Amino acid sequence: MIKVEHLVKKFGLRTAVDDVSFAVDKGTVLGVLGPNGAGKTTTIRMIAGYLPPTAGAVSVNGIDVVADPVAAQKQIGYMPENTPLYDEMTVAGFLGFLAELRGFSGKERDRRVDAILEKCMLAKVRHQTIDTLSKGYRRRTSLAQALLHDPAVLLLDEPTEGLDPNQKQVVRDMIHAMAQEKIILLSTHVLEEVEALCSRAVIISEGRLKADSAPADLKKRSASYNALTVELLAPRAEALQAFGRIPDVERVEFVAGDDRKQVLRLVPRDRQSLAVGAVETAAQHKWMVTEMRSDPGRLDEVFRQITTTADVAKPAV
Amino acid sequence: MEFCAHARAIAKREWSAYFHSPVAYVFIVIFLALAGFFTFSVGGFYEAGQADLRGFFFWHPWLYLILVPAVAMRLWAEERRQGTLEMLFTSAVTPAQAIAGKMAAAWGFLALALALTFPVPLTAAWLGQPDWGVVVSGYLASLLLAGAYLALGMFTSALTRNQVVSFVLAVVGGLFLILAGFQPVTELLARWAPAWVVDGVAAFGFMPHYEAMQRGVLDLRDFLYFGSATGFMLFLTQLVLANRTGR
Repeated sequence: MIKVEHLVKKFGLRTAVDDVSFAVDKGTVLGVLGPNGAGKTTTIRMIAGYLPPTAGAVSVNGIDVVADPVAAQKQIGYMPENTPLYDEMTVAGFLGFLAELRGFSGKERDRRVDAILEKCMLAKVRHQTIDTLSKGYRRRTSLAQALLHDPAVLLLDEPTEGLDPNQKQVVRDMIHAMAQEKIILLSTHVLEEVEALCSRAVIISEGRLKADSAPADLKKRSASYNALTVELLAPRAEALQAFGRIPDVERVEFVAGDDRKQVLRLVPRDRQSLAVGAVETAAQHKWMVTEMRSDPGRLDEVFRQITTTADVAKPAV
Repeated sequence: MEFCAHARAIAKREWSAYFHSPVAYVFIVIFLALAGFFTFSVGGFYEAGQADLRGFFFWHPWLYLILVPAVAMRLWAEERRQGTLEMLFTSAVTPAQAIAGKMAAAWGFLALALALTFPVPLTAAWLGQPDWGVVVSGYLASLLLAGAYLALGMFTSALTRNQVVSFVLAVVGGLFLILAGFQPVTELLARWAPAWVVDGVAAFGFMPHYEAMQRGVLDLRDFLYFGSATGFMLFLTQLVLANRTGR
C-alpha cells in the first residue's frame, strides 16, 4: 500500500505540492492527472524517495520512505519522466548494471536481464547502444529497468508520452497485465489512458488534490452528464415545447432533423436522468422514439472544470 | 555485502564509460606525452646526469592540475545533465556507495595512466642505478596526489550540471592547494597576515607533503594529510548529493 499523508513540498517560496493525501491498495491502478507543472512529478519523486518532502509522510508497504528510502526503494520500480538512461551503454549492459544494483549477480542477473528483454520486447535491440534507440524503445528500456526486480509497487511518470498509437497500446497492455498483483501509480495527461487503464484517478492542480475517485464517477461531474439525445418522429416545434415542459429539463437543443424526424438533446438541470420523463412525454403525444441515449459525461470536460476553476478562484498576479 | 556490491557495479560501469568514450585514450596519450616531454626535454633528465626520477615527478602536480579535473568533471555533472542521477538514487543506491564506486573507477583509471609511465624508471635503470625505494615512494606520492585532486574534482562535479564549470572550479581549487605551501605565496601572505594564518594556509598545501614523499621519506603524517584531504572532499561531495536528493 502506498500511503501519502499531508504531503508538502516547497522549493524556496514556491509551493509545488500542497497538503496532498491519498492511499493506494494492491490491485489498484491510480492515474495521477493534472496540467503541466501541477506537482505530479514532484509528488511521484517524493514517493520514490528521491526528493524529501518539506512536511508530511509517505510510506510504501509500511516502510517510511523518508526515514529509510533504500528499504522503500527495494519495493518500488520507478520509471522517471523523460526516460533518463546511460546513452553510451548497450540495452543489455544497462539492464545488467541495474540488475546488479537490484542485488542480482552472475547467472541470476543474466537470467533476469534475458527475461525482461523478452517481456518488454527488447531482445532485438539488446546489443544496440541506447543513444541509437527510437523513442519507443527508450521508453520500454526504462520500463524494463523498473520491472527488473519484480517490485510490488510501480511508479510510472508519463509512461506513454511521445509514443505512437501502437507503442502506446503495447505499454498499456503490459500495465494492464500487471494490474492485479501490483500497486501501480501512473501520471499522465492523456485522459483516454485514464479511462482505459486506471481504476482510480486523482486530479492535482496547483499542488493541491482536487478530485479522487473512479474515472466513471469523475465523469459524472461533467456538466453534460445524463444529457439525453432523443431521435423521434414528431413535428419539430411541438416536440421542442413538450420536452421543455419536463420539470428536470433545463433546456432542449435542436440537433438535426427534417419535417418528419427530429434529433433533440435534453440537458438536465442537475445531471438527473431524463429517460423516464422523455419516454412518457413521447407516449402522451404518440410520437415514435427511434433512438435514445444518455451522455456518460466526458473526462476532459471534468478535467477542465476542475483545473481551470482553480485558476479562476485565485486572483491573477 | 550490499555496499560493496553497489560500489562495484557502479565502478564497473564508470570504468567502461571511460573506455567507451574518447576520454580515456585522449587522456592517456596526452598524459604520457606531456610527462615524457617535461621529464626529458624541459626537466633535463639526461643533462642532470643522475639516475633518479626527480625531474619526472616534479611535474606531476602541474599535469594533474589540468588533467585530473578533465577526468573528474563528468562524474556527477553528466549524471545530472542526463537525469540519470534520479534513476541511480531511486534504485536503492546511497550517495556513499555511488561515491565509492566512482572514486574507485576514476582513481583506478589514473593509476593505469601512471603505471604506463613505466618506461621512465626503466630508462633510469638502464642508464644507472636508481634507488628503487625512492622510485616506489615517488609513485605512491603521485598516486595519492592524483586521488586528492580527483576528490576535489568529484566535489566540483557534484556542484553543477555543467562540466565546464566543474572543470574550471576544480582547476582553481587545485591551484590553490598547490600554491598554498609555495614560498612566494607564503612570503606574500606573511607581509600582512598573522603567523598562524600563514601556517594554517601553508598546512593546506599539497606540495610539502608531496615533496617529502618524493625524497623517499615515508611519514605517517603525509599519508594522514592525503587521506584526510581526500576524505574531506568526498565527504563534502556526499553532503552536496544528500542535499540535492534529500539523503
